Amino acid sequence: MSFWTDPIAIIENLISGWLAGLGMGEGWITFILAFLGAAVYALVVMLFVVLLIWVERKILGRFQDRLGPNRIGPWGIFQTIADMLKIFTKEYITPNGVDKVPYNLAPMLAVAGVLAVWAVIPLGATIFGANLNVGVLYVVAIGALGELGIILAGWSSRNKYATLGGFRAVALLVSYEVPLVVTLLIPVLFSGSMGMNDIVFAQKSMWYIVLAPVAALIFLITSIAENGRAPFDLTEADSEIVAGFNVEYSGLKFGMYYVADFMHTFTIAFLFATLWLGGWLGPWAEKYPMLGIFYTTFKAWFIYFTILWLRGSLPRFRIDQMINLNWKVLTPLALVMLMLTAVVNHLIPAGMLVVRILALLALNGALLFVTGKLLDRFAGQTKRVVVALEPRPVARPEPVATESGTGV
Amino acid sequence: MEDWLYIGLFVFISIALPAVAIFLAGLLSPKKPNPIKNTSYECGIETVGPSWVQFKAQYYVYALVFLVFDVETIFLYPWAVAYNQLTLFGVLEAVLFILILLSGLLYAWKKGALEWM
Repeated sequence: MSFWTDPIAIIENLISGWLAGLGMGEGWITFILAFLGAAVYALVVMLFVVLLIWVERKILGRFQDRLGPNRIGPWGIFQTIADMLKIFTKEYITPNGVDKVPYNLAPMLAVAGVLAVWAVIPLGATIFGANLNVGVLYVVAIGALGELGIILAGWSSRNKYATLGGFRAVALLVSYEVPLVVTLLIPVLFSGSMGMNDIVFAQKSMWYIVLAPVAALIFLITSIAENGRAPFDLTEADSEIVAGFNVEYSGLKFGMYYVADFMHTFTIAFLFATLWLGGWLGPWAEKYPMLGIFYTTFKAWFIYFTILWLRGSLPRFRIDQMINLNWKVLTPLALVMLMLTAVVNHLIPAGMLVVRILALLALNGALLFVTGKLLDRFAGQTKRVVVALEPRPVARPEPVATESGTGV
Repeated sequence: MEDWLYIGLFVFISIALPAVAIFLAGLLSPKKPNPIKNTSYECGIETVGPSWVQFKAQYYVYALVFLVFDVETIFLYPWAVAYNQLTLFGVLEAVLFILILLSGLLYAWKKGALEWM
């Protein structure tokens, strides 16, 4: 094994050899290695966000016909570092009457809920935090921690806007978890394992996006909604409830929400690449695990760019539209898709890959077609709730006398 | 076992990292509170009445429907793991389970629980 095929294993051996030389027990060496691995990995992911914020602002700027950050460093690449320094030294105000413990805990939970997901995302054949045998379940469970952070923040701020943002988080973010969890069953079903690395290995014959494109689409939509980002940014809709759950946060506590948001987008992209696009699979990826990092990142960038594109081009949904989309379209579609995929996939013998692909593609096409027809049919039938029947008073400017000399 | 150790440490670190950052920022940043700055933000006017306003029952209904679905979907995970070894009968059993789940959704739909009011 040379350094270039698997540098991480080499470094691991080096450190464990050195620690054993110091006369440490087996258990302590394992502990220290795991701790170092986790700390370095988490720090790298955290610092990567610094680059991501710049990328996102630059791309979004281009979408909106602006230049984006362009002052500090080449192409403004150090803009985020300047922002970071500023936000680090900025006062954070704790308003009167907040519930101290949840108020301070919430930003940490928001970050932890996203960061901890990285422990199970495989980046190469041998490069992963832990190949947990319940990886998918872990992602679902930890992902809910981020929502808890938002709900806690909304409730504990003792501010009307924040409370409204918290309510919306309950109704929207939590609801979108249902189709998300259902679609996550599809990779588990195909690969017969909940471990993320096993799912990647199982995609060697065919990527799952080919076998279940509808599931991948639902996964993408619900993930963006979970992220609370345009077009689903109702929890912090600035034109409706100022900034929603994070109104009362300032300084680095607000910065933590900012970091969590950007990191979440990138985590979604990596999860999508792992679950549907074959993760680190690619030519020679098994022989040289380091190549896997490039393949995963490359695939993830496509999804990341798609999410930015959606953010740059779609207007915000209304709250009833967003709730209807979840409960009346995505959830039934996901459940029906799961049933039919399970039955059709089971009826085709294991060896016939081409037949399987064609049958599943036809099934997915038919599902999309029927959904489209049904949506067209019931599109005009939603009842409109009339809030105010009588004409409401409208403020009009009083005519101001300007002709006489006394007028202002 | 080693995997779980790693996961435990990772979760601990992912909570500790923001905690340390916020603590450091607390040391670095100035602290000049004053009564006006510390009032809750409401676009420049003073808050009237309690801030923890009553919420619409609708939010509660959504959370309730979510709970039912999420818990029942979790039951499907063991089935999905065993899927490749199952006979057709086993697959159809799960289909029956999902159909019951769907009928529950239809019931909530007909009852108007999913209507935004």
